[in-house]
Amino acid sequence: MMDTPTKTPALVEMVGISKAYPGCLANDSIDISLSAGRVHALLGENGAGKSTLVKILYGLLAQDSGSIHWQGKPVDISSPAVARELGIAMVFQHFSLFESLSVLENIALGMDADADSDLRNKIITVSTRYGLPLDPDRSVFTLSVGERQRIEIVRCLLQNPKVLIMDEPTSVLTPLEVNELFATLSRLAEEGMAILYISHKLEEIRKLCHDATILRGGRKVATADPREETAQGLAALMMGSDIPKAVLREQSKTGKTLFSLSQLNYPALDQNGISLQGINLSISAGEIVGIAGVAGNGQDELMQVIAGEVLAHLDDAISLHDSAIGRQGAGERRKRGLCCVPEERLGHAAVPTLSLTENVFLTAHHRKALRIAGLVSYRRSRKFANEIIQRFNVQCNGPASLAGSLSGGNLQKFIVGREILQAPNVLVVSQPTWGVDAGAARAIHDALRTLADEGAAVLLVSQDLDELMQISDRIGALCAGRLSNFHQTSRVTVQQVGLLMGGESIDRQALNADSGADA
Amino acid sequence: MNEILILTILTIITAATPLVYAAIGELVVERAGVLNLGVEGMMLAGAVCSFATAHHTGSGMAAIVAGMLAGMLMALLFAFLTLSLQSSQVATGLALTIFGVGLSALIGQSLVGIAFEGLPSLNIPMLSNLPVVGQLLFSHDILVYGSFVLVAAVAWFLNRTRAGLVLRSVGDSHDAAHALGLKVIRVRYCATLFGGACAGIGGSYLSLVYTPMWGENMSAGRGWIALALVVFAVWQPGRLLLGAYLFGGISILQLHAQALGINVPSQLMSMLPYVTTILVLVLISRNRGRIRRNAPASIGQPFHPTT
Repeated sequence: MMDTPTKTPALVEMVGISKAYPGCLANDSIDISLSAGRVHALLGENGAGKSTLVKILYGLLAQDSGSIHWQGKPVDISSPAVARELGIAMVFQHFSLFESLSVLENIALGMDADADSDLRNKIITVSTRYGLPLDPDRSVFTLSVGERQRIEIVRCLLQNPKVLIMDEPTSVLTPLEVNELFATLSRLAEEGMAILYISHKLEEIRKLCHDATILRGGRKVATADPREETAQGLAALMMGSDIPKAVLREQSKTGKTLFSLSQLNYPALDQNGISLQGINLSISAGEIVGIAGVAGNGQDELMQVIAGEVLAHLDDAISLHDSAIGRQGAGERRKRGLCCVPEERLGHAAVPTLSLTENVFLTAHHRKALRIAGLVSYRRSRKFANEIIQRFNVQCNGPASLAGSLSGGNLQKFIVGREILQAPNVLVVSQPTWGVDAGAARAIHDALRTLADEGAAVLLVSQDLDELMQISDRIGALCAGRLSNFHQTSRVTVQQVGLLMGGESIDRQALNADSGADA
Repeated sequence: MNEILILTILTIITAATPLVYAAIGELVVERAGVLNLGVEGMMLAGAVCSFATAHHTGSGMAAIVAGMLAGMLMALLFAFLTLSLQSSQVATGLALTIFGVGLSALIGQSLVGIAFEGLPSLNIPMLSNLPVVGQLLFSHDILVYGSFVLVAAVAWFLNRTRAGLVLRSVGDSHDAAHALGLKVIRVRYCATLFGGACAGIGGSYLSLVYTPMWGENMSAGRGWIALALVVFAVWQPGRLLLGAYLFGGISILQLHAQALGINVPSQLMSMLPYVTTILVLVLISRNRGRIRRNAPASIGQPFHPTT
């Protein structure tokens, strides 16, 4: 442990922090201290109280009891402005960005600076230095989730903070980008910054962090040196029981082709979008096909065309069970058994201000017969919502809770569950485990596998390579609106998928040689 | 012929100016995420207070200030109800209009039928003596010049200053703005008061210049037109000026067309300005990118700082 920076007096210390919400104790007397030059991991499942704790530190919430000390002196962080003045910056999991403003304006707002050419230059400098490419003049609503996250990170870095809070920052980055980010974070720590790093990716934490605080059910259950623990050990601490090791998916038996795209072209939805060009893909019954790719390479467009939010120009560009559905709307496609889970949970996959019961009705009314003579059957909808909650272990106050009140992971489980339990013939999911903790991710992966084993075709669009390698049978990548060739997942390496993501193709020879070497 | 043309253009300017004031104020209010449907009521309050002041003091300047203050007072009431007490913006705005109609009628009871000589024209030396151009461009009252300055100032403020950026950000997402520590409620109070001041001045223009007298409900729906103009302009000041003059122009031209005896039912002619507005709104809504960039996303939504 030669490289461990020596323990310096705490830069910021939270002592005995408690916070109660109606019906639950989110934080129960938690202690945590951050020191300059150290990366401190905050680990815990969804609902363990991580978000509440960092919101208190950043001044977004007030604690019920407990105190915060900054360089030994008690401080009252009553607002984010106070936090920023002290030198605390935060990269949010749910980005607090202004959709209609440009990247430059968004950053200017967060920095008490003017949106002038000086700032534009600084943005370009920082973003290129840290490998976070950004066009300062684009409006945020045209950017993908991954690109939006870059804004948040650059915004924080520009403030030269003493404490940097990162809430699940790597979930939307490619492996290369993750490595670059880690290099940046390590450098920042060496330069004396204290970093509070929230993640559910245990390997990352072991690689990057010096200390770890583990929360479970609002309580601090342990502190650990993540480099001395195994991922398995950390997971056990986090979840309170040993989780079984992930089993690699066995090559499933595939049946006839259920779903196919042929020569699908679609022009960009707006000037900053990506046009889809000549997409060909077919998925058989019982198969999970994965599409990798960096955000903003046409994933949004592909999802919209497949879901039927926009119609393809030719009816036979998309077919389901050998019948052309390219000119059918989303409702008709669902009726025929094509269900989709879009990337954005709130506002796209679910209506935040409606209850879970009502949200269930929105996509499942036909397949689960939740309509009676054109009217909503609340009894059946509630029953179905309850079924999802139980089957997928969704933590909420019952089917009447508003979708917006669920934590990210729980809502995701609910949305994926809603589509899976409709027993679709074809399920298309985008980023199903983004920002979801390990336990919930496992549950979602298992459910997808079970669905495929039961004879459905599954298309998985994700930026999480581990996820794709783990559960897909065939894998390809989307790059600049074009789809690469697809390969058996068992026969490619992560590096080769990286090549596909960059728009290159894998040499057959290399492929064979590699699998030969493996054997 | 020339005389008629010049006269027509001058009446168009007079018809458009109150709309410009009321609409530019509402544009700022909406850009901050507040929907104040009480423009009509604020205009009437401004008109009556302005006229009463002009009648008692004889000072045009004092009258304008009075109109402005009256509009602001109405806006303050609206802001207190919707921003501090979190009442529904739509319902409160409608109530404000109804309240303004009644209140102005009550205040103006003794003023009906009295005439006022109107605001003096500010003749610019040399320039206003030029033929045609002089009469068209350089011999207006202070409020006409002021309206152009105001639109330019608002455009500059919104797009070039940090305060303008803060205002737009609050209108785009109040939660994100709050997360950054911006004072959402304070910004919205200021914007609403500015909107009230502008609507008040718009009202003043009606009772001091357009028809220099007070009559009950004299704004005759202009507050509503101002609200439509804001959407028409896609929340952009420059387009708003265009819209106000287009609307003012068509409403004057159709009057002239009726006077010339063109054989079209007068009801159809009176519809023209509104039909044009609707047509342009339909055309504009085809450009989604522009709307996404300019429309305040959180408009009309109450903001609870605690959640």
